[in-house]
Amino acid sequence: MKDLFFKDGVIGDPMNRVDGRLKVTGGARYSAEYELPGLVHSALVGSTIAKGRITSIDTKAAERAPGVMAVITHVNSIKVPGFAASAHPSEPSTIGQPLRVFYDEKIYFNDQPVAIVVADTLERARYAAGLVKVQYAAEQHQTSFDANTSRAVLPTSAKRNPKSPLADYDRGQTNAFQTAPVKLEAEYVIPSEMHNPMELQAIVAHWEAADKLTVYDKVQAVKGTQKAFAKDWKIPEENVKVIATFVGGAFGNGLHNWPHETAAIIAAKMVGRPVKLMLTREQMFTMVGYRPHAWQRVGIGATPDGKLVGITHEATGQTSSYEEFTESTLQQTRMMYQSPNVTTRYRILPLDVSTPIWMRGPGEATGAFALESALDELSYLLNIDPIELRLRNYTDQDPEKNLPWSTKFLKECYQMGADRIGWNKRPAKPGTLRDGDWLVGYGMGVGTFGANRRPAKARARLLANGTVLLQSATTDIGPGTGTVMVQIAADALGLPPKAIVFELGNSTFPEAPSQGGSATVASVGSAVVAACAELKKKLLELGGPGFSGAKPEDVTINSRVQMRAYNSSLPLEIGLRTNASVKVSYSDVLQRNGGQEVEVVGEGRPGNERQKYSMYSFSVHFAEVKVHTMTGEVRVTKMVSCADAGTIVNHKTAGNQMIGGAVGGIGMALTEAAVIDHRFGRYVTKDFAEYHVPVQADAPAIEVAFVDKPDLLVDPMGTKGIGEIAIIGVAPAIANAVFNATGKRIRELPITPDKLI
Amino acid sequence: MNQFQYVRPTKQKAAIDAFGREADTQFIAGGTNLLDLMKRGVMNPTKLVDINRLPLDRIDRDKGTLLIGALALNSTVAEHPQVRQLHPLLGQALSAGASAQLRNMATVGGNMLQRTRCYYFYDTAMPCNKREPGSGCGALEGYNRMHAIFGFSDKCIAVHPSDMSVALVALDATVLVSGPKGDRRIPFGGLHRLPGDTPQRDTNLEPGELITAVSIPDNPFTKNVHYLKVRERASYAFALVSVAAALHIENNVIRDARLAMGGVAHKPWRLTEAEKSLIGKLATEATFRQAADVAMQGARAFKHNAYKLKMAPNSIIQALKQAAAVA
Repeated sequence: MKDLFFKDGVIGDPMNRVDGRLKVTGGARYSAEYELPGLVHSALVGSTIAKGRITSIDTKAAERAPGVMAVITHVNSIKVPGFAASAHPSEPSTIGQPLRVFYDEKIYFNDQPVAIVVADTLERARYAAGLVKVQYAAEQHQTSFDANTSRAVLPTSAKRNPKSPLADYDRGQTNAFQTAPVKLEAEYVIPSEMHNPMELQAIVAHWEAADKLTVYDKVQAVKGTQKAFAKDWKIPEENVKVIATFVGGAFGNGLHNWPHETAAIIAAKMVGRPVKLMLTREQMFTMVGYRPHAWQRVGIGATPDGKLVGITHEATGQTSSYEEFTESTLQQTRMMYQSPNVTTRYRILPLDVSTPIWMRGPGEATGAFALESALDELSYLLNIDPIELRLRNYTDQDPEKNLPWSTKFLKECYQMGADRIGWNKRPAKPGTLRDGDWLVGYGMGVGTFGANRRPAKARARLLANGTVLLQSATTDIGPGTGTVMVQIAADALGLPPKAIVFELGNSTFPEAPSQGGSATVASVGSAVVAACAELKKKLLELGGPGFSGAKPEDVTINSRVQMRAYNSSLPLEIGLRTNASVKVSYSDVLQRNGGQEVEVVGEGRPGNERQKYSMYSFSVHFAEVKVHTMTGEVRVTKMVSCADAGTIVNHKTAGNQMIGGAVGGIGMALTEAAVIDHRFGRYVTKDFAEYHVPVQADAPAIEVAFVDKPDLLVDPMGTKGIGEIAIIGVAPAIANAVFNATGKRIRELPITPDKLI
Repeated sequence: MNQFQYVRPTKQKAAIDAFGREADTQFIAGGTNLLDLMKRGVMNPTKLVDINRLPLDRIDRDKGTLLIGALALNSTVAEHPQVRQLHPLLGQALSAGASAQLRNMATVGGNMLQRTRCYYFYDTAMPCNKREPGSGCGALEGYNRMHAIFGFSDKCIAVHPSDMSVALVALDATVLVSGPKGDRRIPFGGLHRLPGDTPQRDTNLEPGELITAVSIPDNPFTKNVHYLKVRERASYAFALVSVAAALHIENNVIRDARLAMGGVAHKPWRLTEAEKSLIGKLATEATFRQAADVAMQGARAFKHNAYKLKMAPNSIIQALKQAAAVA
């Protein structure tokens, strides 16, 4: 049908973002930009110790400061009714719970919010926040990962469920790599990397009635946030409204509800006014999640001709004392290569720090750094090209689940990437290719992430003006969700994109999952397809006698669409693809529908195909780097990222996502490290001058190539996620290129000049 | 941020008078550093004297010197034809600093007065003798990756962060100052101090003294110069180590040389002995290595900055090679 109206189809078009103009002109409203009547401002006071308790808080000076309406601490805070009453938030459940802000005098991490000051202006709130004087009884904190490794434990979820993917895993013989003729064992470390999307964490909390809360909040899950706050405040879910129409980047940062959100909600309740709270950039480093510091050890062994004998991969990730944060660091090791023996061990290490959270390519990006570095090291021991080594251990079915892949076009990715980066220029012997004072090297790394899909709903309404309005409670944290949903609906309805409006970021819309885990297009796109099918079905029912016996998929919303032209001034008619003479005006349909615009809700959910197939997206990243022989500086001079991510709905937004992931990977590989001074349990690199995210000058030309073959087992559009695989495998590609350039293997990120000189 | 008084005089004398005797007054120009420090409570002036309306942004050549007004913007100076022609080393150093946006706001006077980027100085919850005399040096036993290898004391091991200052000290610039007691000239090397027992004092300026201009004498360093800044990201990062190198070469013999380092001390670190070791020698890598050896005499590292003991001499050699165009 799409061929009839759009010769080239809507799916795949590198269409501009539907909200691009709003974003670049300032018309898009982000959480902190809702200027509600009576809105007041606030600022947080953070603890200056990492562990202990507050012995006294002197708020008098702050309260007397001009414009101050309230200074709220654990002493005077209203109690959040849903907070568990145990002494430590992780007791009795050791899986824990989010920090209970202003609950009691206990301090669990440095810069923990201990007070919120509400005032009529932001400046006055911040000034008064500086006047709050807090006394502590400090206890000995443990923030050093290295000093506490013996305290690492198996996560509770794995203890409870031996089949958990976090549980100890043994395929074949344990530690069989030790028996291999060619083997290596190496340790890899990544530091904590801090979430720093462009938009700071911000919330406007507004109690519209004593039991009715609206929040404009920077979150990735409007429904999840609705549920969390309803539970906290013991009010019905429908009494909580969460708005996140625009989110200025999140990367996982918005997948958890953080203490500052509840602080603002408490404040709004106590002052009886809408309260705005936006974190400072420094606070983004201390209380809203991060990629956790992780230690890993990989043992890998192969036959002389490069057949893997065994891989043993151990990982320990940092978490807080009050929540068990876990991530699937070892997943790629279990399923990526044809090794008869695979051993994985995952542990977490609770420290007196704030809780980490998923950060783009969560776990897998950490794990891939170790695994893909170790394979590279093995390739030199074997004297086999790194791509060839991977091809010799290619898996035609998932060796972990013993299931066929739904689709896997990884070989195509290797080929496309090798051609584009110029892999033939890579010297087999490291440290032998020079360009003046610079050593040149090439490296590659593989990434994979589950092609996830979750149940989701979408509402479709055919407006009298001919626009199809779609709504779903998903969010768009930057990938262009709104844009691709318009494309999917346009394709499903045979309408031009401009006839579609897609709304999201509102908890009153039909249920959709959080935007996380690369699952939004597969989940919400499926719901959109279902809603469009429901809409056609409903129109068929309301079409009248001429439509009886016709199939829903033949229904057209057609009179305004004449071959590729769309004329909104023509009357809106419903017709049949199979019989041009059957037509009914939409005004007649409306009449038959009791004067109501036709509205349906469609639901998409994964079926049992997930028990029959293993579903993953795949990526291969290639890097060309130059390392200065005298100063140790590393510059990435070219990158190529190739992905098997099923159908590409929009080549422009998908390409943007891949490029963003590659730049994030450059930061992970070369510049980003959140350092704690363990004497104080406090971060020392906590602003953009000292914590280095890559700048434009660090990002070279990044070429993106997609296989673009549909995987119709995953979802009706044939898509597989992109968000995570865009970064998974980038850091090892760069680390491997640095080795190829210099012969120096850096196993602790980031690879800064001091490590190479 | 604390409340403060704010005045914006249009005359230099009025600005100096407005400073008065209050110890916690600050002049403000571009504000690229001071505002950050005020927002974080690191500096809490009760009065700001905004000098942006003073007529101090001119760049003039007169009697063998180039006079650059204190309010000339970093970006303006970096691109100025006479700077590029007469003192390309200064242009290179300025362009290596901060980001384009900051260079468009930051002034020459403010650049040389920017405070250290030591983590402990910036966090009011940690000790720092520079911020709070007597509280201790957080960096001495702490995370001292960015810190000094020369001229430090047990009270402070912070480094001066400016790139421009490294070029100016190499070029024998003079700072023109006006204050309550009149005008005076300070050789650039005497502007900044070593920390000693009073790390709270970055410079030898007296209270109320205003930098009005910097003067650079003509010199033969118009061709063989290089400012090398080593950092882990390609832009907008403070130097791990930087080197300002200027050579006057005739027939492959070094007739005169200037050499200074940044990121290694509490002040821009002029390397006069290394300069002497270069003069009269052939412009070869061997000569440069020898100069680097001389330059590094007395260097001492801490737990996290030992890499500078190798990066610094390497950078000197590299900068001299690039200045001399020696492959």
